[in-house]
Amino acid sequence: MTCSPKHVGLGAVAALWAATSLAPLPASAAWEPSRPVEFIIPAGPGGGADIMARTIQGIVTKHNLMSQPMVVINKSGGAGGEGFLDVKNSAGNPHKIIITLSNLFTTPMATGIPFNWKDLTPVAMLALDEFVLWVNAEKPWKTAKEFVDAAKAANGTFRMSGTGSKQEDQIITEALQKATAAKFIYIPQRGGGAVAVQLVGNHAESTVNNPNEAVSHWKADKVRPLCVFDSKPMPYKAKITATMSWSDIPTCKSQGLDIEYLMLRGIFMSPGATKDQVDYYINLFNKVRQTPEWKDLMENGAFNQTVMTGKDYADWVANEEKRHQQLMKDAGFLHTN
Amino acid sequence: MIEDFSSLFHGFGVAMQPFNIGVMFLGIILGVLIGVLPGLGGANGVAILLPLTFSMSPTSAIIMLSCIYWGALFGGAITSVLFNIPGEPWSVATTFDGHPMAQKGQAGEALTAAFTSSFVGALFAVIMITLVAPLVASFALRFGPPEQFSVYFLAFCSFVGMSKEPPFKTVAAMFVGFALAAVGLDSITGQLRLTFGFESLLNGFDFLIAVIGLFGIGEILLTMEEGLSFKGRSAGINAKVVWETWKRLPRYWMTSLRSCIIGCWMGVSPAGATPASFMSYGIAKRTSRNGANFGKGEIEGVVAPETAAHAAGTAALLPMLSLGVPGSPTAAVLLGGLLIWGLQPGPLLFVEQKEFVWGLIASMYLGNIVGLIVVLTCVPLFAAILRIPFSIIAPIILVICAIGAYTVHNSVFDVMLMMVFGVLGYLLKKCNYPLAPMVLAIVLGDKAEENFRQSLLASQGKLGIFFSNALVSTIMTLGLIALFWPLISNGLARLRTRTAA
Amino acid sequence: MSDHTHGAGSAGPSHRAVETGVGIGMAVFALIVIAGSIKAGIGWGAEGPKAGFFPFYVGLIILVCSIVNVVQVRTERSRGDLFADWGQIRQVLAVVIPSTIYVAVVPWTGIYFASAALIGFFMRRLGNYAWSLILPIAIGVPLAFFIVFERWFLVPLPKGPIEAWLGY
Repeated sequence: MTCSPKHVGLGAVAALWAATSLAPLPASAAWEPSRPVEFIIPAGPGGGADIMARTIQGIVTKHNLMSQPMVVINKSGGAGGEGFLDVKNSAGNPHKIIITLSNLFTTPMATGIPFNWKDLTPVAMLALDEFVLWVNAEKPWKTAKEFVDAAKAANGTFRMSGTGSKQEDQIITEALQKATAAKFIYIPQRGGGAVAVQLVGNHAESTVNNPNEAVSHWKADKVRPLCVFDSKPMPYKAKITATMSWSDIPTCKSQGLDIEYLMLRGIFMSPGATKDQVDYYINLFNKVRQTPEWKDLMENGAFNQTVMTGKDYADWVANEEKRHQQLMKDAGFLHTN
Repeated sequence: MIEDFSSLFHGFGVAMQPFNIGVMFLGIILGVLIGVLPGLGGANGVAILLPLTFSMSPTSAIIMLSCIYWGALFGGAITSVLFNIPGEPWSVATTFDGHPMAQKGQAGEALTAAFTSSFVGALFAVIMITLVAPLVASFALRFGPPEQFSVYFLAFCSFVGMSKEPPFKTVAAMFVGFALAAVGLDSITGQLRLTFGFESLLNGFDFLIAVIGLFGIGEILLTMEEGLSFKGRSAGINAKVVWETWKRLPRYWMTSLRSCIIGCWMGVSPAGATPASFMSYGIAKRTSRNGANFGKGEIEGVVAPETAAHAAGTAALLPMLSLGVPGSPTAAVLLGGLLIWGLQPGPLLFVEQKEFVWGLIASMYLGNIVGLIVVLTCVPLFAAILRIPFSIIAPIILVICAIGAYTVHNSVFDVMLMMVFGVLGYLLKKCNYPLAPMVLAIVLGDKAEENFRQSLLASQGKLGIFFSNALVSTIMTLGLIALFWPLISNGLARLRTRTAA
Repeated sequence: MSDHTHGAGSAGPSHRAVETGVGIGMAVFALIVIAGSIKAGIGWGAEGPKAGFFPFYVGLIILVCSIVNVVQVRTERSRGDLFADWGQIRQVLAVVIPSTIYVAVVPWTGIYFASAALIGFFMRRLGNYAWSLILPIAIGVPLAFFIVFERWFLVPLPKGPIEAWLGY
């Protein structure tokens, strides 16, 4: 271990802990950050990626998981293109990592920004984020079917609020229109937090917010979940409201809407990173995952806790890219000219 | 309610402990530093704060964080007054009269007025939060896209109708601002526009870079032309300046009260502090007896925008706490802090985390007072900066500007852009193009367009949506009245003479 | 601010010429905006106005205004006002040129070294200070920025070979 004397104590403890409790990797990772690590969020404050990244920052600091500080920076310009290009242009700087949402694929496809995920070094998949169909709790629709029928009857005047344009929320909206023949007016907002507020304020009939973007409003009985866009219900049984837990939300498929969509919450780092450097971060996030704060975040946000690293991760991302290429093409969202 | 007050007093008790008072001073000083140096933002504040906060009680941590917030709010006025460089969008309107005052040798008065007004505005908003929080939070929910657009519309109208410069130049300057604001990603269609394939233009033209160039560098060039000295050199450094200024301030109670109300409204809606400051300045200029002197160093022209901006900045904490949507970058800092401590903002925060919320509110009262004391004692010190000879301070300002421009997107391109804006600012100002409408358009242009188009999407192209309910109709009508105010007041005057005759 | 009394016999570019130049510059800017908007689509599409709709009309308005401004300046009877005399312009350029060089070299030398050089140059050229005053300020100020930004607030600023040599 290349530690300065004053870090030996801490480092040794951390190494010991890592070796005994996790030991996914040799504990003597040869590389350690020598400067503050920039943690880029290619989205605005208050959204799902932001909440996750800031929670990680808190965990890393509180449990002293890194000898250097972690600085969280929002770079949301150009639908996240600002953040991705920043990391892409930082080749050889191992002190820069980025958390992703689907705009990893959709932004270059929709805008033609010269960027592809292969420009970055994949580190780890932390979790997959679910999507839930929400309506305002004052509205009478109790099931997805009632809602879809009402949307059809409204003759294309129902407003669907979502994050960004030609991104995951709009992709799901497109899929919903195709599956039901109901027509929605998609209204893009800047971030997941703002989307949820639009729904609570009755400025939209529905949203497809991620669980942790809407959970605080659900707890207060302001919004109602209708179904989750996954193949099986979410596993979390703890009650969120007086009567419901995440696991009580039916899948959309069971409600006659055959749509599945999960979003990557993963970590990438700057191009040209060495294996040691990637391993260091994999190890770091392994430690993050063992903390009680992380478990709270997973439970509160009802995440799908799939974890991948290395080749599995890269293959998964490549596959996902192909799927998005198709989805974007079908929806007519691909960049032209 | 009684229970709430007891929580509040309990909060006061905790905040008054000597250790926490020490934490307050530290927070304020860090905050002022963040406010003064345009390159430092909230993210950095949180980064250095975090390790500290885990070693102290959560209450102390909250106190420190909210004091950083206050410090940054106060600090923004300093560079606006002294060097014509607004560090934050809502400090722009403070430069209009604050900097001319400094040039007249009244930097101390301008700073005292600015700090005191910030204090009053913030205090008003905190009291509002204490008394009517739940009511206000539901008011915030009524603002959808059309309502938001109407607020921006009102801000533009109350500001544009009053320019003294030739109308075609005013319109040209403003629309150049709109064009610059449009560069980058169009958030409605998710498509790039006006970037012509340059990666550097992806993020559009950031307000801060434009303003540092147009105002900060432009001012240095104008000063150079006039012969190498800041006019504020003769600024008297006198500890009594604070007291003297305070004696003058009660005269502007009406402006102050109006600005508080505008600020709270804008902060909650949540259009934010920037439209609040411009709107408040515009209205003060029209209604004040000294309206004609606005822009030449009128103290009322400092009071109005500062009060409104800080009432708004503080009131914006309410939607942040209860809805989780931060109204400003500085509010985003607080949001980040909450998330790190595992507190998720939302409607139930006030119920489930009573202790925390009332502790925060108590620390807001005390932090605001401590902040005022700290910055007021430093007024003579700040004013003395203007005594440093120009050939020493000018390159230092240039360096600060360059650092500020760089840190916005970590891009050297932006530093060059700042220089271009600097030369442009000099040329435009000498040719009588007003810069304020241009800056207003850069700051609010894309948001106004976004809300306009969101509204039209929802109404399927019908403009009637901007008069579809009482709230939005009222604001739109106010905007139209503000726009045509010169015509209306002329008409009224003529009517009055006719009835008299 | 722009009212200056010019000494008799001073020479320089006329106000009229500069205003015409600014007006033409704006018109060119407007044309660029219009061209870019047309490329982005100026119609009213399925999702309401297209991306270029607003910028197109914004560009058009700028174009009209700048034409009006230029025509006004040209038709106005010239009062022979000077924009600024050559001496003043030399003063302004004395800031613009070194600042431009400063901005241009930052990517290569890093911001700290370039700042020290800029401050030193200004103090020597415009202030005629003694080196004994110049050196402490020119070195001390960037050093203070270094401590505040890199050490306290963890903001990385552009660094060059000298900082790399020192281990940053």
